[in-house]
Amino acid sequence: MMIKGASDARAGFGSGDFARVFRCMAVAMCPAFLLGGCAGGILDPRGPIGAADSLILLDSVGIMAVIVVPTILGLLAIAWWFRASNTRARYQPNFVYSGRLELIVWAIPILVILFLGGVTWVGSHELDPYVPIAAKAEANGPPLEVQVISLDWKWLFIYPQQRLASVNEVFVPTGTAVHFYLTSATVMNQFFVPQLGSMIATMNGMQTQLYLQADRDGDYIGLSAQFSGDGFSDMRFTVHAVPPADFQSWTAAARQSGPVLDRNGYLGLLRGSCDVQPFTYRSADPGLFAAVVKRDLPSGSGPRVGGTGAGIQSKGCG
Amino acid sequence: MLGKLSLNAIPFDQPIPLVAGGAVFLVAIGVIAWIVIRGHLPYLWREWITSVDHKRIGVMYILLGLVMLLRGFIDAVMMRSQQALAFHAAGFLPPEHYDQVFSAHGTIMIFFAAMPLMIGLMNFVVPLQLGVRDVAFPTFNSTSFWLTATGALLVNLSLVIGEFSRATWLPYPPLSELRYSPGVGVDYYLWALQISGVGTLMTGINFVTTILKIRAPGMSYLRMPIFCWTALAANLLIVAAFPVLTATLAMLLLDRYLDFHFFTNSAGGNMMMFVNLIWAWGHPEVYILVLPAFGVFSEVIATFSGKPLFGYRSMVAATMFICLMSFLVWLHHFFTMGAGGDVNAVFGIATAIIAVGTGVKIYNWMFTMYGGRVRFATPMLWAMGFVVTFTIGGMTGVLLSVPPADFELHNSMFLVAHFHNVIISGVLFGAFAGVTYWFPKAFGFRLHEGWGKAAFWFSLAGFYITFFPLYVAGLLGMTRRLQHYDVAAWRPWMLAAGVGILVLCVALVCQIIQIVVSIRGRAELRDLTGDPWNGRSIEWSTASPPPPFNYAVLPNVEGEEPYWHIKRRAIETQQMAAERDYRPIEMPRNSPTGFVSAFFCTVTGFALIWHIWWMVGIGLAGAYAVFVWFAWRDREDYVIPAEEVARADRARRHVRAEWLEQDAREDRLTSHAHAGEPA
Repeated sequence: MMIKGASDARAGFGSGDFARVFRCMAVAMCPAFLLGGCAGGILDPRGPIGAADSLILLDSVGIMAVIVVPTILGLLAIAWWFRASNTRARYQPNFVYSGRLELIVWAIPILVILFLGGVTWVGSHELDPYVPIAAKAEANGPPLEVQVISLDWKWLFIYPQQRLASVNEVFVPTGTAVHFYLTSATVMNQFFVPQLGSMIATMNGMQTQLYLQADRDGDYIGLSAQFSGDGFSDMRFTVHAVPPADFQSWTAAARQSGPVLDRNGYLGLLRGSCDVQPFTYRSADPGLFAAVVKRDLPSGSGPRVGGTGAGIQSKGCG
Repeated sequence: MLGKLSLNAIPFDQPIPLVAGGAVFLVAIGVIAWIVIRGHLPYLWREWITSVDHKRIGVMYILLGLVMLLRGFIDAVMMRSQQALAFHAAGFLPPEHYDQVFSAHGTIMIFFAAMPLMIGLMNFVVPLQLGVRDVAFPTFNSTSFWLTATGALLVNLSLVIGEFSRATWLPYPPLSELRYSPGVGVDYYLWALQISGVGTLMTGINFVTTILKIRAPGMSYLRMPIFCWTALAANLLIVAAFPVLTATLAMLLLDRYLDFHFFTNSAGGNMMMFVNLIWAWGHPEVYILVLPAFGVFSEVIATFSGKPLFGYRSMVAATMFICLMSFLVWLHHFFTMGAGGDVNAVFGIATAIIAVGTGVKIYNWMFTMYGGRVRFATPMLWAMGFVVTFTIGGMTGVLLSVPPADFELHNSMFLVAHFHNVIISGVLFGAFAGVTYWFPKAFGFRLHEGWGKAAFWFSLAGFYITFFPLYVAGLLGMTRRLQHYDVAAWRPWMLAAGVGILVLCVALVCQIIQIVVSIRGRAELRDLTGDPWNGRSIEWSTASPPPPFNYAVLPNVEGEEPYWHIKRRAIETQQMAAERDYRPIEMPRNSPTGFVSAFFCTVTGFALIWHIWWMVGIGLAGAYAVFVWFAWRDREDYVIPAEEVARADRARRHVRAEWLEQDAREDRLTSHAHAGEPA
């Protein structure tokens, strides 16, 4: 019986098995009654971080469901059995305290939380976005470095090692860890690729880091998870995960055409714009990201409005 | 002369706000005209607007909450239809309007619907349950209400004059800074909340003082009804948390008005400070809303199970545990800001620990029903709907407290589904349960059961159909606040949620019909005994509606459920307690202080929003003058003569005596399960 999800085989039959079975069930049932299926969501991960995040998610649901489901059923059953019209139910108006029951009442949630606390502690450390992806992936070489700048309302990706840059799309080699350094040229955003896993905030004057990895070729949707103004809904980008050889040929091709990302080019990009079609720069200033983080370059100018501010402003995209 | 204000401020090119605002304006004018022409104005002024009676103020709070709930719900309908339509399309709301709609929805629902509903219930019920005549500071209480109303007015004014904030219900900088939000929208938000926040803080001070210092003779802390305990916890949280909100918003105001740099992108500003501070208020706020609702459910479940609350002391402990812990978890709102493993883990675990308190409560409610005689009247249906739904919402909440899960679900539709799951089932169902439960106490007649039950079932079904699809959308990677999208997998879920909101519309219609039918049929729904549900705490011992002084003679509390024991004794001995000595009662005089000072605060707020500085001066001077005038008063009380007290109480005793006789015939309390059920 090959159910989707059961195939990502891991050795042994240990603690993760319950969650794995749970995920098998969840994924198997998805097409049946979730119409479009789970495809493209966080329960359909395409890399180690996404897989680990959603495993913890399902583990936690499993741990809690063990208690929550019987509790709900018990509540309904008790309320129904002790309905006023049921003459078989015994009326015990003096049943108002029981030390033993109180002990159980406090113990059940505490035990659940102890369990979950362990998951939380281990998970928070292992999946801290700043922590590099474990050794297995190192076989495919050192992580690819990508600098990310959120702008009004588009994403700029700079490849410092390749001296390339792109807007609203990012190419990564499949099977290789990607080390993102992120900041914002404007307001706060959250960098999020649902199928690859964890999101992280981008903030002006600060740098955050995130490791992600795609294990399968494909185009993955990326978006901002933090509302950032009128053009927010257009802050989409695509992660193209391609075989390492294709990545090399993409870099070579990218160097052939497109504009140059220097300080002037960046200042042009800083102006608000919506729904920007993806494009690449044939070369990029490798010092640009640091200059943005250190606030050596100005931050986004915001919507252009008249001095009064009266009335509803028009969309700032121009 | 008029600052930033000009004719451009009225959105003539925007049909939706203009028509909506115009309609509201016409209705308001119509209502005011009707009141004036029919000569109701003096009555309204004397009995309601200037009233310092906690019961009247409570009713006005609830009325405000319900009206704002309607406004917030209309926003919700617009959002859900926008997301149902805007697949590969622009939908009917452009971003600059849609962004205002969701910002207004969140702001209104939390600050001007949920808060007034809960504070209104506390206002009405707490002094009655404590067995006292009023709150500690009655005029203060009236001022609190009118300041809250000022905030609500300013938010709604933004519909037709200028614009509302587009920076979400918690205006994170730098988006909310002048540079990225140059319009007046954020200023509307900030001043509305600053003014109503003062009102809320005053409520907190008032109720903490009342509960700690003014209780009926014999009512020790551990004899207080559980609702008073939850009200105490909520008001302690208000006193501790609202100053944080005020200070945080004040810093943002300084940034916007005086070019400070607390949270800006320049000159060393740091927006992370705002995010920390706003949630240091924001998380306790969640419990400010839900703790009183827990109290309502405890009262309702005990009453309709015909049993005392199971594990009362354990419930008190759980309440205070939640109260304390709610201050130690704020960081879980931004696990994705890169705090690191240790910090995230500590706050994740702390968050999960809060669920212990809630879990204990759920089991205690379960054991309250165990061995009871459960009557499924409308309030009990709301309570049952709450326990089941809230348990699910609590589970998804604990799930979000696990940082790696939150890394994928933060700010997603899953999160939206989660907090609606807990706020609707907790706070809103709590408010409906409480309003249905105490309505006969306030007005002397019950609400119609049939329409109430219909409203419940449609609300419950509508909630599940609307918000469970959002959980799925979140798992499919959909983030919140999207004005349009082009991911096909999300579409069916947005359509399903759109259907759900239609079901909720039906529920709303049922609610309105319920009120209309109940008022028209009040003769049949009349309750003369003052105890329509076979209640247990002392508010059911006085008449419905209670006289201004609540109790002719303050009750002497001799146990945890004083009224239940009085009732049992009366039934066993077949006679009522002896009439006590009636004395004249001093009650606080009505005062227009609250209304007039709130009027000047409205002027001040409006002038500050539009930078009309001379008007700011007039508003502040006016508000201060009212305060001074009030402080100079010579008479603050009036006396209700003993004869009038006696007359009122004898009428009540007469009805009770009749009831006791009838009860002896029916053996109402001891044998039959339907005791107290509406005939």
